[in-house]
Amino acid sequence: MSAAELKEKTLDWFDERTGWRMVRDLLDHKVVPMHAGTAWYYFGGITLFLIGVQLFTGVLLLLYYRPTVAEAFDSVRFIMTRVDFGWLIRSIHSWSANLLILSAFIHMFSVVFTHAYRRPRELTWLSGILLLGLMLCFGFSGYLLPWNQISYFATKVGTDVAGTTPFAGPALARLLRGGEDVGAGTLTRFFDFHVILLPLISFGLIGFHVALVQKHGMSTPSGIPASKLSHMKFFPNFFLRELMVWYGVLAVLGTLAAIFPWELGEKADPFASAPAGIRPEWYFLAEFYTLKLLPSHVWIVEGELLGLFFFGALAVVWVLLPFWEVKPGGERRTRLATGLGVFLVFYLFVFTILGYVK
Amino acid sequence: MRAATTLFLLSFGLGAAAVPDSCISCHAALEEGKGPASTIKNDIHIVHGLSCADCHGGDRTSQDPEVSMSKAKGFKGRPARTDIPKFCATCHSNPDYMRKFAPRERVDQFELYQTSIHGKRLAAGDVKVATCIDCHSVHDIRAVKDSLSPVHPLHVADTCGHCHSDKERMAQYKIPTNQFAEYRTSVHWQAMTKRGDLSAPSCASCHGNHGAKPPQVESISEVCGTCHVLFEQLYSRSVHKAIFSSAGGGGGCVVCHSNHGIQSPDTKMLTGSASVCAGCHDAGTPPASTAAQMAAWLNGLDAALENSDAVLKTAEKSGMEVSEAQVRLIEGRENLVKSRLALHSMQPDQVRIPVDAGMAIARETLYVGQNALRERDFRRYGLGVSVILISLAILAIRLLIRRIET
Repeated sequence: MSAAELKEKTLDWFDERTGWRMVRDLLDHKVVPMHAGTAWYYFGGITLFLIGVQLFTGVLLLLYYRPTVAEAFDSVRFIMTRVDFGWLIRSIHSWSANLLILSAFIHMFSVVFTHAYRRPRELTWLSGILLLGLMLCFGFSGYLLPWNQISYFATKVGTDVAGTTPFAGPALARLLRGGEDVGAGTLTRFFDFHVILLPLISFGLIGFHVALVQKHGMSTPSGIPASKLSHMKFFPNFFLRELMVWYGVLAVLGTLAAIFPWELGEKADPFASAPAGIRPEWYFLAEFYTLKLLPSHVWIVEGELLGLFFFGALAVVWVLLPFWEVKPGGERRTRLATGLGVFLVFYLFVFTILGYVK
Repeated sequence: MRAATTLFLLSFGLGAAAVPDSCISCHAALEEGKGPASTIKNDIHIVHGLSCADCHGGDRTSQDPEVSMSKAKGFKGRPARTDIPKFCATCHSNPDYMRKFAPRERVDQFELYQTSIHGKRLAAGDVKVATCIDCHSVHDIRAVKDSLSPVHPLHVADTCGHCHSDKERMAQYKIPTNQFAEYRTSVHWQAMTKRGDLSAPSCASCHGNHGAKPPQVESISEVCGTCHVLFEQLYSRSVHKAIFSSAGGGGGCVVCHSNHGIQSPDTKMLTGSASVCAGCHDAGTPPASTAAQMAAWLNGLDAALENSDAVLKTAEKSGMEVSEAQVRLIEGRENLVKSRLALHSMQPDQVRIPVDAGMAIARETLYVGQNALRERDFRRYGLGVSVILISLAILAIRLLIRRIET
């Protein structure tokens, strides 16, 4: 038996048991539309790559991290100072978390502006929005884990805001904190959310989201004439290009980690006064600043409650975008959806900067 | 205004609430807002429910001056200056009475006052000396902890200085008037006003308040030792104690540190042109050389700690985690303080112990800082190499794409 025959027989053996050739066939037939906006497709891949980085570095951090009030801070300091390349792993984990959320936001807005959420991709949109929400939860829960002064007080502020939610607020705050205030119970459950609950949900949802992308293919923006539209094979042509982008992102991550290692701060002291200018991570800053701007009461309604109601209403409109935007008389609604997207980008950009500056 | 009115009414007691205080009403009309009737509303006695009549006697319920200020009603009027301490002591030396208002308040002020220079002179008929009202004010007396009180820690020096900085007033006593000006240049004043440390000493902390008099030569170190306990203990065992405490010896701590204008101590006090040791020990003599040696040790430790601190700060600014070493450096600084403390024993061997411990910490933290900087450089070189490798990988993929697509 020649080597080629042996190889073929081995592959047949595996195919009979795993059906791997089906995957190969899928990849062979998958194509990517080529047009002026093709670059936006990369952001889905970048987000996926960064999730992989988070998973890899997170598992390594777990080797040394200890989720108790007494040991959390010291264990992170140990990682940063004593573990070989621990500083690199932790800094990459932190920077990657931020880039991941940025990339997910860009991916979401690119979908909105190219109207890629339309039928039959409603579920792709919904699962994507849910994933973005999960990434924000990852950020919020992971922020507390080093148990430093800033993260402790930022979590206090964050859970306070959650506590103002109508009806369920106090119960939600207690659920998050594991008690009346941020403490040992909060750290343990945030750790649980961060490394077990959220990853379990996310993996399922990522699989679902990617499977839907595979099923429906990549969306082509409407209005591009067929003559100007060509296609590229996903594998290997587009995949190799995506790989180049991933390498680029890796270089950016390495640069950020080496030149601006993620700082550790001071160990949380619940009895100390809150550090001046306490604020949440940048991706919550626009909302936080908006709530700060609101007066304590608007007529008889609490300002913060009104703000939360506004954000809630906006989120519902945003999530249901694929369902209201494509109704008859759609031209006007399309313009409305695009306008809403532009408004949100502008609002998030300006208010995040104001939140930092003010 | 409402609170003041309530307070005012309360001062009469519930039963007398309907009866106006004739002292207040008449004096308010007579003084047109410029006398005691207008200032007394904030007085601690009124706040505690007392009235003018409780000190001055008389009948405040009568609107008739002949009755309200009659001797038959116990009216005492304005006490003579020489009688003021006894006048206040009527209540303030009565523990049973004082317990009703301030159970923890001392009741020995009058006894102490009688032992003070002020009290003795007043007893001898000198009415220019301070009595209770000169420090506490009158008809506007506030609790010591009230920041508007003239005897609040922040105002004590001003209050004493009011008389003691007055050259004309002090001329007859032949005592200097520069104490307040000197005190305002001192570390104690800095601590009080800049750091807001109300426990920092002012005049009364060293001289006493009601029993105010200058500390005697032999007790100066005891006075300073009230706060600077360890310094005093070491000094007491040093060769200087017996010499400074003797007649003409200068009086302990003040020989080197002065009294009212105490400056932040420095090793320049030990050697060089500003040396206080040089006042007694000629340059080149063994004591002067020992002082210079100890100054060199302290300066060396200070410089070594500063150097380590600078290196650690550079590392920290570069994003390196050096907080453990920075905490350790605080221990080094504590050794510098201990060295300065040990200096008061005038035993070089005693000084050497904390100096050596501090130097060891300075070396250790410097090593950590330098390692952190080397690590920073390693990271940056590593980054450079990684970026080159990643660029090569990207280039290789680009070439692969070109090969596939042609």
